[in-house]
Amino acid sequence: MEGGRAVLALHLGVLGLLGALQFLLPPFHHGMVARIMVLAAYAIGYNLLLGYTGLMSLGHATFFAAGMYGAGLTIQHWGFGVAAGFLVGVVGALAAAFVVGVVTLRTVGPAFLIVTLMLAQAFYLATLYFNEITLGEQGFALAGLNVTLGDWRLDLARPAVKYNAALAVLAVCLLGSLALVRSPLGRALVALRENEERTQLLGYNTYRLRLVAVLASGLTSGLAGVTYTLLFGYVGSTFAGVLYSIYPLLWTLLGGAGTTLGPLIGTLLMTYAVDVASGITDAYLIVVGAVLVAAVLWAPAGVVGGIRTRWARWLP
Amino acid sequence: MDFGPHLFLALLEGLVGAFVLALTALGLSLVFGVMRIVNVAHGAFFMLGAVVTWWVSTATGSFLAALLAAPVVVGAVAILADRLVLRRIGYEPESTIVATIGLLYILEQVVLMTYGPYARPVAAPIYFRIDFPWFGYSGYKLVVAAVAGLLLVLAWLVLSRTTLGLYLRATQQDREMAQTFAVPVERVYTLAFGVGGGLTALAGALIVPVQQAHYLMGLDALLMSFVVVILGGLGSLRGTVVAALVVGLSDGVISVLFSPTLAKIVATLLVALVLAVRGRGLFGEEAA
Repeated sequence: MEGGRAVLALHLGVLGLLGALQFLLPPFHHGMVARIMVLAAYAIGYNLLLGYTGLMSLGHATFFAAGMYGAGLTIQHWGFGVAAGFLVGVVGALAAAFVVGVVTLRTVGPAFLIVTLMLAQAFYLATLYFNEITLGEQGFALAGLNVTLGDWRLDLARPAVKYNAALAVLAVCLLGSLALVRSPLGRALVALRENEERTQLLGYNTYRLRLVAVLASGLTSGLAGVTYTLLFGYVGSTFAGVLYSIYPLLWTLLGGAGTTLGPLIGTLLMTYAVDVASGITDAYLIVVGAVLVAAVLWAPAGVVGGIRTRWARWLP
Repeated sequence: MDFGPHLFLALLEGLVGAFVLALTALGLSLVFGVMRIVNVAHGAFFMLGAVVTWWVSTATGSFLAALLAAPVVVGAVAILADRLVLRRIGYEPESTIVATIGLLYILEQVVLMTYGPYARPVAAPIYFRIDFPWFGYSGYKLVVAAVAGLLLVLAWLVLSRTTLGLYLRATQQDREMAQTFAVPVERVYTLAFGVGGGLTALAGALIVPVQQAHYLMGLDALLMSFVVVILGGLGSLRGTVVAALVVGLSDGVISVLFSPTLAKIVATLLVALVLAVRGRGLFGEEAA
């Protein structure tokens, strides 16, 4: 495909840049960027559904939190190791995505969004209801997580390990989404986004396509949730709440829905904006509201989307 | 308390909740029906109604003044939002959802900045107790239910008997046809959004003496309204009211007998179940 190499080089370049940044950043920003990379993986998962399939969900926190609780609870209560917890988290998120997908895809239009919100709220309330196990809003910390392979021991609390693990997960998600978007499956999803009837006419089972998209999106979001828990050692209900369903929507829209690099850019900009605002006022979430309104009014395509329409038509 | 009286109390709580919920959700249903948009800021309007009520009744000492001010202020905010944002994005469904999420955060955070993170009560304007053989019950709560019921009837009369109602129904049924018959559709949209906000603000105002005003109180109102509107069928006002009664009663009963959190979980899962069986809700129209 034309420009295929340039696109791959661009993505690898962005990842390389993030890799190089770790040697330049002061400690505070070092930790911040590590966190942003994990959250960007979450946004990439969200974008698979919103940007490339055209389904707007308000319940992605369920997938992120399913990964988080799957890993966190088994490690905390059953003494699972990091690898086993990781696996449980990822499978948990996939299972959640399957259930949510099967229920919500029966609906059409705005009902999809509302039902994803409802199910996510039920999940959030469940984390509060079973607070003897989950410790609810307060949550619990996981300390001393490390990975051992033979004599080789990796302490996940070390900043350098955190940063590079986050980068690795981001790389998997970013390149994975790029590969998916350029595969025949990705093309079919875009076709479905643009025109469902024609896609059906071409012989695609649109229900199954959407379900696959929800699964891929949920899996990626769950992977981010698991990674967040393992690297930052915290599990809590906040991450299952409605704000964490709105964040990936905001990040994706700001960066550009339906662009592979948009979610990363959006997460980067927004996380810093929220951080700056929280230093000024307690009501820092007003930034979230203002950016959402401003985005729909003046920049519906987002940052990367705008760059694509103006200068670089070849951006995926 | 024995089980019988306990259940009676639960039903009573549920009934009051049901009427308030019907009034809260009616605005959302109206906005969806007429404008075909999902207003995520609906809960914020409810919260704003409660907060305005606290302000006005604290400043003037009159709850009645507050009850009048709340729908007017919130209606004005809604109309402003419609003019400044929603109209400019052409009511495109997804952009509208995003914009109203933004509006929700803007309203919530402005209230946090000005009103603060407190939960503040307002004294009930009417205070009397109804003594049942087993327990005493706040008379004001029953008044709230009655007023909410009256407002529902009033809304129904306006919709079915007035020109305004005719405009609203015509726009809901067929926007283009309505426009052909000289219905000022743009103004009807703005009005529906304002009235929708005003109705839910009234519900918020009525509930302040029972529940206190807090800047985060909108989320529950929004979710329960969604439950009711979806269950009743998007766009069907009759469905909304019937569903509000069912959900309100069950919510009250489960809250009193078990736990409020469980009640909310049950309500949300109920919606998922209904949709799985019947995609358009109980009274919904066939999707166009």
